[in-house]
Amino acid sequence: MTGILTAVKTNCYHCGDECEPNLYPADNKQFCCQGCENVYQILSGSGLCSYYQYNDHPGATRDKLNKRFEYLDEQSILNELLDFHDERISIITLYIPHIHCSSCLWLLEQLNRFNPGIHYARVDFLKKRLVVRFDHQKISLRGVVELLFDIGYEPLISLQDIIKKQQRTEKGNLVQRIAVAGFCFGNVMLLSFPEYFGLSGFEQNFRHFFGYINLAFTLPVVFFSGREYFTSAWNNLKKKVLNIDFPLALGIAVLFIRTTAEVLTHTGAGFADTLCGLVFFLLFGKFVQQKTYHHISFERDYRSFFPVAVQTLENGMEKPLPLAVLRPGHRILIRHNEIIPADAILLKGPALIDFSFVTGESVPVGKTLGEIIYAGGRQTSESIELEVIKPVSQSYLTQLWNNEAFTRKRDNRMRTFNETVSKYFTVILIVIAFSALLAWGFTDLRRGIDAFTAVLIVACPCALALSTPFTMSAALSIFDRNLFYLKNTSVVEQLAKIDTLVLDKTGTITTGNTRNAELQSQLNDDQIRQIYSACANSMHPLSRMICRYFGEQERLPVSDYTETPGQGITARVKGSELRIGSGKLLFGNYHETADMTRVHLMIDGEYLGYFGFKHEYREGMEQVSALEPEYQLYLLSGDQDQERRELLRYFRDSSHMRFGQSPQQKLDFIAELQQQGKKVMMLGDGLNDSGALRQSDLGVAVTDNVNNFSPGSDAILDGRSFDKLPAFLRFSKDTVVIIHLSFLISLTYNMIGLSYAVTGKLSPLIAAVLMPLSTATIISFTTLATHFTAKRRKLL
Amino acid sequence: MSIIYFLIGSSVLLALVFLGAFFWAQRTGQNDDLYTPSMRILLEDEQPEEKKSDRNQI
Repeated sequence: MTGILTAVKTNCYHCGDECEPNLYPADNKQFCCQGCENVYQILSGSGLCSYYQYNDHPGATRDKLNKRFEYLDEQSILNELLDFHDERISIITLYIPHIHCSSCLWLLEQLNRFNPGIHYARVDFLKKRLVVRFDHQKISLRGVVELLFDIGYEPLISLQDIIKKQQRTEKGNLVQRIAVAGFCFGNVMLLSFPEYFGLSGFEQNFRHFFGYINLAFTLPVVFFSGREYFTSAWNNLKKKVLNIDFPLALGIAVLFIRTTAEVLTHTGAGFADTLCGLVFFLLFGKFVQQKTYHHISFERDYRSFFPVAVQTLENGMEKPLPLAVLRPGHRILIRHNEIIPADAILLKGPALIDFSFVTGESVPVGKTLGEIIYAGGRQTSESIELEVIKPVSQSYLTQLWNNEAFTRKRDNRMRTFNETVSKYFTVILIVIAFSALLAWGFTDLRRGIDAFTAVLIVACPCALALSTPFTMSAALSIFDRNLFYLKNTSVVEQLAKIDTLVLDKTGTITTGNTRNAELQSQLNDDQIRQIYSACANSMHPLSRMICRYFGEQERLPVSDYTETPGQGITARVKGSELRIGSGKLLFGNYHETADMTRVHLMIDGEYLGYFGFKHEYREGMEQVSALEPEYQLYLLSGDQDQERRELLRYFRDSSHMRFGQSPQQKLDFIAELQQQGKKVMMLGDGLNDSGALRQSDLGVAVTDNVNNFSPGSDAILDGRSFDKLPAFLRFSKDTVVIIHLSFLISLTYNMIGLSYAVTGKLSPLIAAVLMPLSTATIISFTTLATHFTAKRRKLL
Repeated sequence: MSIIYFLIGSSVLLALVFLGAFFWAQRTGQNDDLYTPSMRILLEDEQPEEKKSDRNQI
């Protein structure tokens, strides 16, 4: 478009962003901004330049320079954040989103070289966490955090530090129980082999010796490793529910009792090996099911998005105040890039609020003095003063969390296949066991009891209990590879039952910031340079998009520059008067057509045309809309209906699109669909979708970066995989079929076992072979079948 | 063949020691982070006094 080529670009030594050469040079290295250069200076001053050797451009770009950690001096906040502290030592775990390469690891573990007050710093790379132990008499927590900020690793500190409190104890305990079960299983197997191969006459005294040792090994397996099956079965029985734990507990108990009886009376070898193997495999299945994503949090609410404290003004003095004690009437000071934590009235300063976290809309909104600003917006221009009118938890946005959908426990939303089937399974099992007892009992009581116990042992639904966890965890890792992260394995089954999809618009089906800019105007090079120079002064996203559209241009001197929030720019460039912005700014009164956002251009009173900005829909919107009529599709948007016409091609008709919905209305709409008996999956991205995500049968948060904030949900979908959504849905149905098939397989094994068992002649060897064999079959079948179907759905 | 009593006794005892060691490792959090050490080992130990970093520069 223009013939002017500017100097060759270079990359910032610190962060790798493209930048103009010689803006911020230091030591023959180029930096894109003051921030990056500062980090380099600090590091080179401490002799830590190896940071740059491990990786190219390891740093994060540093566009903000002012640090605000005054609130870390507040003792009450400190007490909440620190893991441990005594008179000298404090320990804190910080979450640092920027940790991404070995340079980060190296630098962060050298923190003590910046300040000897820091004793120890250790990184957990996958969880992006840093544990720091420091002497708080030499360096305060604020000092530590500021140091981290200075070297480019700003920790994310929020009141809802769930990542810290994620279930640690549960998993640790399970590993120990598996260890004990595995240990006993191995030893018992070893001691059982002589029995299998037969012992000669003079070795008979070993038989009893091995029996007693085996019995000793089953004790920890039953009472330590397997205890939870008894407690769970008992709790469910009290609630009059028959879940899979009941036949399992029954099987374990019968195995144990029969083994004890046989060993003590010297009548047989017992089933110690089957018992240990059963518990070991069961626990292993549990372990596989408990896959956790350390770097993703599914439980976030507004508290993890809001700051810990806010600056308040009291008699002209600034003082940090924790959000929990913020009351109506407090005067708060919100600076550039800070979030407004409660509904408040604007008292002073130019407010230009970015509500992208709340609504997904990335264009900031201007507010005038006296206007109410809702919580959740981010101030994008200078400092403003506000008066709080509602406490944090009662604000327009946050009161959503007081809704019943958030307080209600959600464990029994959908019955899993396992739950349904195990009820019937248990009943049939008990019926068979008792009929075997009765059939033999009248003629031969001894044989009747043998048959009764053998049925309960052989039909113990080990393979059934394992089929779901193994299939699900295989499916989970397939989803995971395709950037679709599920909260836990039961979500896969929920996914298979979905019949209705509700989509949010902004941020979910449109990509956050990228819009198509379209120039409806003929401009000469001079005019382009003038418009570019004016827009280059503005931080408004639309201005920046205009600059990007023109590419690198020569910047002309600009005078009389004014930017009216929500309207546009007026400026004088090279003697010409420029007006760039909304129709209102240019013509005084102008009715915008609603199909797209327009930025009009005027130079010296002459109207030159406009820039049109259209939302760009995510790739794969066609595929998703092709899910109709198998699935019903709805659109639920907080925005007005400018794009109704464009969106109509994706949705069946206008009745399937709702615009201008408040967060509460979104929630209600989902509840309404559910009352019609639909299983609803909601896809959303902003805090305003939180209620709907929570209410729906399956809430999916769509995000462009999984480490960024996403509202609480059952699953997180990376925007890049949006087009795979239909494949995900189909694949989840395949998974359920696989579970059904593996159930059939395990039933077959049960039948074979039962045919031995009802005769009362179950030898320990058959039980010991059958159980691991069925388990191995199930595990290999589910794993192979899942991978095969994943390939068929092109997910692998 | 009575030696088998002694052999089994000592093998179980030894296995118990290993089980105990595993419990200890688990309790003290040695298995909490299984990934970072694999990266840490590739980083060089350097002392701030010696300017080794210059030598690394190619």
